[in-house]
Amino acid sequence: MSPKKIVLRFGPDISDMPIIYRLVKDYNLMVNIVKANVNPQKEGTMVLELTGEEYDQGLDYLRNAGVSVQALTQEIVRDEEKCTMCGACTAICPTGALHIERPLMEVHFNLDNCVVCQLCVKACPMRAMEVRL
Amino acid sequence: MEKTYAEINAKIKAGQAVVVTAEELIALVEEKGLSRAAREVDVVTTGTFAPMCSSGAFLNFGHSAPRMRMQKVWLNGVPAYAGIAAVDAYIGATEVPEDDPLNNNFPGEFRYGGGHVIQDLVAGKAVRLKATSYGTHCYPRKELETTITINDINEAFLFNPRNCYQNYNCAVNTSNQTIYTYMGMLKPRLGNAHYSTSGQLSPLLKDPHFMTIGQGTRIFLGGGAGYVAWHGTQHFPSIQKDEDDNNLGPAGGTLALIGNLKEMSPKWLVGTSYIGYGATLSVGVGIPIPILNEEIALYAAARDEDLYTQVVDYSDGYPKRIPGNLGMVSYAQLKSGKIMINEREIPTAPLSSYPKAREIAGILKEWITEGKFLLTEPVQKLPSPVDGISGKALQVDDRC
Repeated sequence: MSPKKIVLRFGPDISDMPIIYRLVKDYNLMVNIVKANVNPQKEGTMVLELTGEEYDQGLDYLRNAGVSVQALTQEIVRDEEKCTMCGACTAICPTGALHIERPLMEVHFNLDNCVVCQLCVKACPMRAMEVRL
Repeated sequence: MEKTYAEINAKIKAGQAVVVTAEELIALVEEKGLSRAAREVDVVTTGTFAPMCSSGAFLNFGHSAPRMRMQKVWLNGVPAYAGIAAVDAYIGATEVPEDDPLNNNFPGEFRYGGGHVIQDLVAGKAVRLKATSYGTHCYPRKELETTITINDINEAFLFNPRNCYQNYNCAVNTSNQTIYTYMGMLKPRLGNAHYSTSGQLSPLLKDPHFMTIGQGTRIFLGGGAGYVAWHGTQHFPSIQKDEDDNNLGPAGGTLALIGNLKEMSPKWLVGTSYIGYGATLSVGVGIPIPILNEEIALYAAARDEDLYTQVVDYSDGYPKRIPGNLGMVSYAQLKSGKIMINEREIPTAPLSSYPKAREIAGILKEWITEGKFLLTEPVQKLPSPVDGISGKALQVDDRC
């Protein structure tokens, strides 16, 4: 079975829990961390490739622990025509994929850091951020 | 050293005026000192591009046969105010369709409103016009539906009663849940801080005493030429001071702006949607400041580190109208990407596009340098901090 890519998002209250350790030890899952942005006391995001027979039980464990789990089958695109580089998305984006380049104050979008949380889609006042399947 | 508007305009016509953007003036003053910079420079251009909710356009559709005194008007489903003469209407930036779900499915998206109608009109797109009325002897028609474009109608002019805020709060949220405001999405427990001016490029931050920006000043508005029509609503200009009486820059001024919508561009009038709050219009404004003397140059050369705003809690203090703030921060601090509040580092983000503000200041500079845009002397000065105007609060009947 080919590994499935999933996005995990967790609040500051559970950012210090040994979540990956539990996935490996209790559910015999093979974990490949594609991206991680985890800091104590802050919201965290992680993209994982996950394989193993107890995959579904592993996901149940994650959800019960308060982790939001989403399949990574989508990507976010920016409509360059619509974006006015206002910056309203940059303190909302949890991974810094959308960020301001100083001193020009231009808004850059680094797709490699995007975890498709879709917060920017809601927060963008110009509706320039779209989900693509 | 004193220059006059006439002298500067003569230089503009001769292609000899020295025009710099507000950013360039700052660098020039650092390099050559204030006196020399003030002597050398004739005009400083400023710019801002941000949501300005108090915006809208007056339209005259022309008369149908038979005639109609349009009593109710909708443009692409968005109501426009028609309580004026026959076939005149005002489409306001924040109006939304009557069947919009608003915040019933919270937070609402407000995907299409008056600001979007204005952008579609300016872009030359076809807009659906619907009108109803009660019928009179002179205006018998009771309803109509048709499609218009901006070129088909008689007049279309932008009239924005409150634009170009001199300064604006930096918004934060101290509550435990995300809040949705006109200052964007504010994360709980001081998760982010949003601000909305172009700082050292912003028109009214560069003329704190309204020495040159007044009624009749010709400006860049929405990509065309416009004018300052009046002081804006809620125009309460003041100079901010800290407890040691240090000058923290101006705040409180606003402008009412007018201009021909038919000469504007959808690039500089952009329909905008704030999740959980509403629809609006982002407006590009640029104002030239003639350097008539050194004092005007001094104010126009104010830097981000000289200009401050207050940090306001939009989860409690602001909605309840409780005076006070969580501190003062400079635009240099805000633009660095983080500020300190209650000894915590908070990420900052603008709602006002600094790259677009710079572009506007550059376009206006080009217009003036090429002799296409002359300066106008105000026909009347606007109230300034010395007039000490302050806002009145609305008293509400306790029984309601």
